[in-house]
Amino acid sequence: GVSGSLQHELCSADGSAARQGDEREEGLRETAMYGCGFSANDELKEMLESNKESLKLEAMKRIIGLIAKGKNASELFPAVVKNVANKNIELKKLVYVYLVRYAEEQQDLALLSISTFQRALKDPNQLIRASALRVLSSIRVPIIVPIMMLAIKESASDMSPYVRKTSAHAIQKLYSLDPEQREHLIEVIEKLLKDKSTLVAGSVVMAFEEVCPDRIDLIHKNYRKLCNLLVDVEEWGQVVIISMLTRYARTQFTSPWQEGVSFDENNEKAFYDSDSEEKRDETETKPYMMDPDHRLLLRNTKPLLQSRNTAVVMAVAQLYWHLAPTHEVSAVTKSLVRLLRSHREVQYVVLQNIATMSIQRKGMFEPYMKSFYVRSTDPTHIKTLKLEILTNLANEANISTILREFQTYVKSQDKAFAAATIQAIGRCATNISEVTDTCLNGLVLLLSNRDETVVAESVVVIKKLLQTQPTQHSEIIKHMAKLFDKITVAMARASILWLIGEYCERVPKIAPDVLRKMAKSFTSEEDIVKLQIVNLAAKLYLTNSKQTKLLTQYILNLGKYDQNYDIRDRTRFIRQLIVPNEKSGALSKYARRILLAPKPAPLLQSAFKDRDRYQLGTLSHSLNLKASGYQELSDWPAVAPDQSVRNVEVIEPVNEWVPTVGKSKPAKSAKSEDKFYSDSEGEQVDRKGSKNSSSSSNDSSSSSSSSSSSSSSEAVSEPLALTPGPEAGFMTSHPSSLQVTVQPFGPVKSHELLHHMSGKGLSARYHFPRQPFLYQPSMVQLQITLTNASDQPLEGIHLGEHSPASLTLHRFSPVERLEPQASVTVSMGIDFNDSTQAANFQLCTKEAEFSVSIQPAVGELLLPASLTQADFEKEQGKLLGMNETSATITMAEGHCSSAVLNKQVRSMANLGEVITGHNNTHRFAGRTVSSGALVLVTVEKREAADATITVNTDKSVMASMLLRDLKQALASA
Amino acid sequence: MIHSLFLVNSSGDIFLEKHWKSVVSRSVCDYFFEAQERATEPENVPPVIPTPHHYLISVLRHRIYFVAVIQSEVPPLFVIEFLHRVVDTFQDYFGVCTEAAIKDNVVVVYELLEEMLDNGFPLATESNILKELIKPPTILRTMVNTITGSTNVGEQLPTGQLSVVPWRRTGVKYTNNEAYFDVVEEIDVIIDKSGSTITAEIQGVIDACVKLTGMPDLTLSFMNPRLLDDVSFHPCVRFKRWEAERILSFIPPDGNFRLLSYHVSSQNGYPVGYRSLVAIPVYVKHNITFREGSSQGRFDLTLGPKQTMGKGVEAVLVSSQLPRGVLNANLSASQGTYTFDPVTKMLTWDVGKINPQKLPSLKGSMSLQAGASKPDENPSINIQFKIQQMAISGLKVNRLDMYGEKYKPFKGIKYMTKAGKFQVRT
Repeated sequence: GVSGSLQHELCSADGSAARQGDEREEGLRETAMYGCGFSANDELKEMLESNKESLKLEAMKRIIGLIAKGKNASELFPAVVKNVANKNIELKKLVYVYLVRYAEEQQDLALLSISTFQRALKDPNQLIRASALRVLSSIRVPIIVPIMMLAIKESASDMSPYVRKTSAHAIQKLYSLDPEQREHLIEVIEKLLKDKSTLVAGSVVMAFEEVCPDRIDLIHKNYRKLCNLLVDVEEWGQVVIISMLTRYARTQFTSPWQEGVSFDENNEKAFYDSDSEEKRDETETKPYMMDPDHRLLLRNTKPLLQSRNTAVVMAVAQLYWHLAPTHEVSAVTKSLVRLLRSHREVQYVVLQNIATMSIQRKGMFEPYMKSFYVRSTDPTHIKTLKLEILTNLANEANISTILREFQTYVKSQDKAFAAATIQAIGRCATNISEVTDTCLNGLVLLLSNRDETVVAESVVVIKKLLQTQPTQHSEIIKHMAKLFDKITVAMARASILWLIGEYCERVPKIAPDVLRKMAKSFTSEEDIVKLQIVNLAAKLYLTNSKQTKLLTQYILNLGKYDQNYDIRDRTRFIRQLIVPNEKSGALSKYARRILLAPKPAPLLQSAFKDRDRYQLGTLSHSLNLKASGYQELSDWPAVAPDQSVRNVEVIEPVNEWVPTVGKSKPAKSAKSEDKFYSDSEGEQVDRKGSKNSSSSSNDSSSSSSSSSSSSSSEAVSEPLALTPGPEAGFMTSHPSSLQVTVQPFGPVKSHELLHHMSGKGLSARYHFPRQPFLYQPSMVQLQITLTNASDQPLEGIHLGEHSPASLTLHRFSPVERLEPQASVTVSMGIDFNDSTQAANFQLCTKEAEFSVSIQPAVGELLLPASLTQADFEKEQGKLLGMNETSATITMAEGHCSSAVLNKQVRSMANLGEVITGHNNTHRFAGRTVSSGALVLVTVEKREAADATITVNTDKSVMASMLLRDLKQALASA
Repeated sequence: MIHSLFLVNSSGDIFLEKHWKSVVSRSVCDYFFEAQERATEPENVPPVIPTPHHYLISVLRHRIYFVAVIQSEVPPLFVIEFLHRVVDTFQDYFGVCTEAAIKDNVVVVYELLEEMLDNGFPLATESNILKELIKPPTILRTMVNTITGSTNVGEQLPTGQLSVVPWRRTGVKYTNNEAYFDVVEEIDVIIDKSGSTITAEIQGVIDACVKLTGMPDLTLSFMNPRLLDDVSFHPCVRFKRWEAERILSFIPPDGNFRLLSYHVSSQNGYPVGYRSLVAIPVYVKHNITFREGSSQGRFDLTLGPKQTMGKGVEAVLVSSQLPRGVLNANLSASQGTYTFDPVTKMLTWDVGKINPQKLPSLKGSMSLQAGASKPDENPSINIQFKIQQMAISGLKVNRLDMYGEKYKPFKGIKYMTKAGKFQVRT
């Protein structure tokens, strides 16, 4: 066949006996490069146009090979693009790879493929929709911008979270292709930021960071949600979200670092205990109180320190560094030290950050000092960073240990590292005055080291040290003068000469002698040494002109004719300055003061001194230069901006049903709540029920929820809102008449959650309002009425830990303060996952935590569905056999009338009634809240008081529980 | 985020490139090559390099540089971590991550890179998910594919991707249900000249190979969980449970994965000078001397076991970078073989097993350059070894329970201790 002949030809062209695959590729490359004779591209084109899929695939694989090598394969564009709609998935994917690579160069031809993707965007398979959007948005052809915009907008409301994630990625692509679309894209970002899926969160925040990082206002309403979702977001998304939230927090909260405020738990408590009006009046300055949202962020990021992803750990560490109260920052130390076990590159970045941190906060890392000990196998840049950190950590207590360790390093075979160690010793000597002399002596010993770099570095460091301590070091200067002949490194020689010149009055005998030697060797010295010889000569001329006048003249003459103009300049300048003649100006009078002025000692400080001007963990911090796109971390605001912007309105459309456990009524009066059938309340309920059903009987939940006009109600108006992600595809395949409706039936039982005796004054009752939960449709909505039965105000009531860990719930927003005898009702959502397993969680106040538990009746895990009789029968027909459970009962007296029966069933289970023509058959329909499975109940009245109850659903456990409950409800009085 | 990726081999050739946004010319790598030339050792190339228009972030693994091109601010660890994941994935797919393996599998490599990043942002990095998208090449599959023209690419979205358990696919079935856990500890030590321990730390991991049907929910508990000073988890581990009860509770990914990494408290965190709690399993007696004016040096090294709870020390390998002045080493080994590379001055001694009755030793002389002065540093000695059936920290798994499935799985736990960075200064 074709491939055979191709192979044959290529083999003969190449000739070598290498492996066949290689041969083929080599051959291809040869022909592609020289373009002579029968082109390999022609072969590939032929293969792509053949009818055999295996040939096409083979061709595409070779083309990918070419692209991978960086070879130009653009010539094949027309042949490749024809296969864009091929059925073979691998072939299609390879075509996509090719298309994305070359579309920019072949814009006109690329347009041919667009319709394929537009069609795929409507495919029922979410994978295909997502992949179509991915490719479409990767084609960098300006003319399709409007198409991309439309596709992004549509996909942002797709019911599949995976497609929505892809649309978040596409936002960035479109933005880089056409920045003019910014405003439209921000709208999409705003919408996606409200998304509750953990899959979307990371990607949309990434888009936010690229497109509109300055629009902090978009974050407010999503802040708490992002904090709460964070643990479940995929690891890469976590990094992006944490970094964005760090920036956010610095603009919204006040500094926790205020001077004199220690914010430990005890103080906090003490503060709340004494939080009385009088005290507040007394003290002008308000004590610092951390915003609960600030605390929320710190609390929810901390577990991520245990992540296996080093970038996540670093992200949390920098968040704590920039946001946490000072004493809490050390929480990250252990995890950062752990990262040092990772790959070399990870170590490098982590050590850089620790170096910056350890300057300000020695205490954080001092206990881990030994983790920074250098191993001979470490690469040089790791060694120097460790050295840097050890030097930062040095204090009076540990300096002897550190110096002992440094002595080993000085002997290292890695001379660059040995030199760095000497610098480090110098820094220790200046920072810790107790060891200055020890260090100096040690460095002097090193002057007799055999290695030149070690000696040179020592001289340079000694010079700096002597400058800081100029008294009584003439011995060392003499010693160095003696060593001078042996030292060949220019920098070291220059340093010694400078020292002798600067302190020439302390070594009056040696200095002129050194100058004499220098006069001899002047011409063969390096430039920096020559400059110092001129300096030395000048200084001696001023202090000891008797001995050195002629020498100086000689040296100045040599300098005058030097090849280097710097030296000639310097010589001319010095001569004018020191040698008096008639032309010399006013300056020579001051020669001594100019040349022999006391000079400030150089500062020996860390190279990481000012690195903290960059946010830790960033590229800019690593490079110590501002990278493009770097977002400055703002300073804490002096006064916190409005905190309420982050409040998400809790929609409580059913306030009138809430049993009022108000001031007047003690929480204990359970009697009246049990009487929820009482006429007055029942009436209210009915009124509400009819109101709702009239407005929304045909429509989905959207009408009722949009009437509550919350910013987040949009989430509900999406068609997917009531259907959980994975089953979304299944759901939409149903006729629209099957949608879940809100037809709440009144009777609301309230249950005790926490008794005020065990709750230290806090009592809590809950009930199920039987409304879809707006934040997460798969959650069952609960309303909790919190009452303060004590005589002290209660503060900071919020939800704590919950179990099982797999349980997802939507917390109510913390109640900041509850006055004595007051009560408040809050909404929360729990995804019971269609099981009656109890949800356990902690109800917390500032002072205490109480374990509470909610076990829902099976009837509360449903939402009513409105079906026509025909639909009901059709669906029932699909749920036979295993999915059908039934029982016959004898109904209690008084339950036989249709109205009562209806009421009984619907009070037991949140089901909707299906209007039927029969008098004896009652039908009810609903969906499970979590997975949206259909639940159908039929009650068929027989003779006398007998009736058959039938439950049809594929949730068999629920079916049997529901049947049991229904039997009880109808049989008993 | 990540704009492009270039793979560079040890001789400085770019052998693969991939772009996720518009194409960046490979000439950007010139800045990398410059840095490479300046570096004395391959490891000394800085991981982050600025260029006029881009930033290069690279990792070096298996003598291949993975160079990512970045255009704007991004946490460098984000890129570094990702690149390491790429290498791990290649290794997982091809068994080895070499230039030849990558070139042989260039199409799979491209397919993987395509799935791992979208527009430079990580998309699917979990090995289990990738394997559902793109099947790893096997000899058999390669043959079948060649003949039938079928593909490596999965036709469905990985089920895990959308579920609440993104690391596990649904519908896993095995006839033999087994769960194996390997507790592997590495001991990092620096011992000074006099034989006293300067620092000692234990780093451990629990690697799992779980082949269980359905959606098993496992709990693993330890006899002595308080030993674990600092831990990091696979995302499957329920953190709250660990915090509250020190129990590892998780729905495992299918196949091989790293469940846990941990650190065992040593003297870190205690006052300086506090005696180490870490048992050192081997000791070294050494006498390496150079005399002034002599062109001969003495080399004498003996190894012995110590605190090994009766378990044998195996696969012992000693290496030492001798001073530059050493021309040759004339030694005799009581067991095993030694080599000395006169160019790199690297001495390696493959000892094998330590027999406590007859301790292995390496003795003899080193010849130095005539007339050269005595080297002022003594070499440090690096040791590798393995001890089977023992975790040096004493960590013990108490039990493994499975919930959520009915069958009885086969369970196994293995312990091993290895030398990490085990260094003796002489």
